[in-house]
Amino acid sequence: MMHGLPETRLRDPLLKVENLVVEYSVGGRTVHAVSDVSLQVARGETLGLVGESGCGKSTLGRAVLQLRRPVSGQVVFDGHDLVAMKGDTLRRMRRRVQLIFQDPIASLNPRRRIGDIVAEPLVIAGVTDRAEREKRVREVLGAVGLDPGLVMGRLPHEFSGGQCQRICIARALILNPEFIICDEPVSALDVSIRAQILNLLEEMKARYGLTLLFIAHDLAVVKAVSDRVAVMYLGRLCEVGPSEQLFARPAHPYTALLIEAIPQPDPDVRPPQSVPIGEPPSPISPPSGCRFRTRCPKADQRCVDEVPELVPIAPDQLVACHHPNFG
Amino acid sequence: MKAPALLSVEGVSVDLPTPRGNLRAVDQVDLKIAPGQTLGIVGESGCGKTMLSRAILQLLPKKAKLSGRVMFDGQDLTRLAAEPLRKLRGRALAVVFQDPMTSLNPVLTIGSQLIETLQEHLEFDASTARRRSVELLAAVGIPAPEQRLSQYPHQLSGGMRQRVAIAIALSCEPKLLIADEPTTALDVTIQAQILDLLAREQRRRHMAMIIITHDLGVVAGRTDEVAVMYAGRVVERAPTPVLFKKMRMPYTEALLAAIPKIDAAPHTPLPAISGRPPDPTRPIQGCSFSPRCRYAMSDCHQQKPALVEAGPDHQYACFHPIHATAEACA
Repeated sequence: MMHGLPETRLRDPLLKVENLVVEYSVGGRTVHAVSDVSLQVARGETLGLVGESGCGKSTLGRAVLQLRRPVSGQVVFDGHDLVAMKGDTLRRMRRRVQLIFQDPIASLNPRRRIGDIVAEPLVIAGVTDRAEREKRVREVLGAVGLDPGLVMGRLPHEFSGGQCQRICIARALILNPEFIICDEPVSALDVSIRAQILNLLEEMKARYGLTLLFIAHDLAVVKAVSDRVAVMYLGRLCEVGPSEQLFARPAHPYTALLIEAIPQPDPDVRPPQSVPIGEPPSPISPPSGCRFRTRCPKADQRCVDEVPELVPIAPDQLVACHHPNFG
Repeated sequence: MKAPALLSVEGVSVDLPTPRGNLRAVDQVDLKIAPGQTLGIVGESGCGKTMLSRAILQLLPKKAKLSGRVMFDGQDLTRLAAEPLRKLRGRALAVVFQDPMTSLNPVLTIGSQLIETLQEHLEFDASTARRRSVELLAAVGIPAPEQRLSQYPHQLSGGMRQRVAIAIALSCEPKLLIADEPTTALDVTIQAQILDLLAREQRRRHMAMIIITHDLGVVAGRTDEVAVMYAGRVVERAPTPVLFKKMRMPYTEALLAAIPKIDAAPHTPLPAISGRPPDPTRPIQGCSFSPRCRYAMSDCHQQKPALVEAGPDHQYACFHPIHATAEACA
């Protein structure tokens, strides 16, 4: 069988993360947050990154921006290794990569007016012309579906969570970035508002030609916006593949478990019963070999002894498992 | 034949004074639940679902004004004095909150919290209470229950804490368990485990259960009946399969449509509900959903639709219900 191109030869990657290791110490002990992760995001695509809390997905997002410096590995953005950069050079590169957070209200300074909050990246970038700044602010606020005249003079507390997330998106767009890291952008929002924000992100992506890294724990949300999905467990990638293919035929037992655990809004679908009891172990002392083995129904001695490599299993689909569901 | 109701909420309203004026958090709600039944209460944040559960438990903020009756096992809880009410809560009437730390005491061990509950409500002696505590922890899926007794809540993960909170809630064999967003703070795999646990214990004990959630996925396979709330009112109420297949209320339809479907192709635009819920301090004259409703007509903006019957146990509050025309033609 012909395997697709391995990850390392993705066409025109805008972002390449290679063998990234992020560790930090808590009370004298080392948290292995991200362990030897490699992934790529092609120009114009959305890569979804899913996993449960504590799996390292947010740390990975921050390490891409060098907000948390990795222990080793490379983060290559448009041909430049960000890990090797510092000071002004790094700050200039960061303008091309923006971040949107989970809690939209907490990410807005409560004492500043919306107009100033959205304009701030321009001020920092050295745009001194006030009129020029205001023109840009009006443009992006309009783009995210807010009336600039009505919102610019107001304070964050006057807005709902969904509107605050629109404001955060406007602020992220104002420097014309190429890449946006969305870290759980809708998990704090109500169902009806969540759909609005997901649709808005898709519109903005098309309108501004963006590339997205979409981090979330909700597989259905990730699937709705992603071209490809990467599944992370306890600091390592389990599986990477095109969204539809991954959902139709998950190769990794953990991916299958995650898909099965989603509560379906359909009374005819029997709720999942086969979910193994147990919780992820601590990233302070991850299990040897495959990190999922302590919860995996297929685990054997090999899974204790050997770390599974991320290898191709189907066209464009990679899995790190000694006993994948097929192949 | 339906069993007589264990809990019957009759015309319950909750008013809260705020600096911006009176806020009607719960507006004329009627609900019933029979022994062994599971009722789902679904709605978005601010719809009044948590205030309603507090009204049932008589745990409303001091300034809140409650009207209507809450009949539980033959008594009106709104008229019960503090002491009998305290005895009832924790025994016949138990609750599990979204954040288990709301009900767990951070400075007491798991063991002392469980044992104390059993001694207080069931008057067990120390060794019986201890033995029963170990059994309860084992029943809710806590490994090494014996050792856990001497641990503090902060030494457990979120999922384990929620299991302990459930063990405490179940400890006195309640007749009704109210689970208020019991899995919202948990990961999907843990969520499925906790929901399974609640369902299993509910069946085993023939206990009535109310699951309060914002997630229609949580109630779909696990409840007998669902009540959908919007802006303080129950806007639709039906047996679970009927609600999902033959909903009449446009809000129910819109809420269901807005959930990303796992079997939909990527980049399919989601049918979002435009706008946002109304400000509860500024009541709307007509149907509170009318500003966001795609079926709304002029009468919807003038008058509030009452809850009307659509069939056995199925009620909705809408002047222009969906699915109605198809049936009329048939």
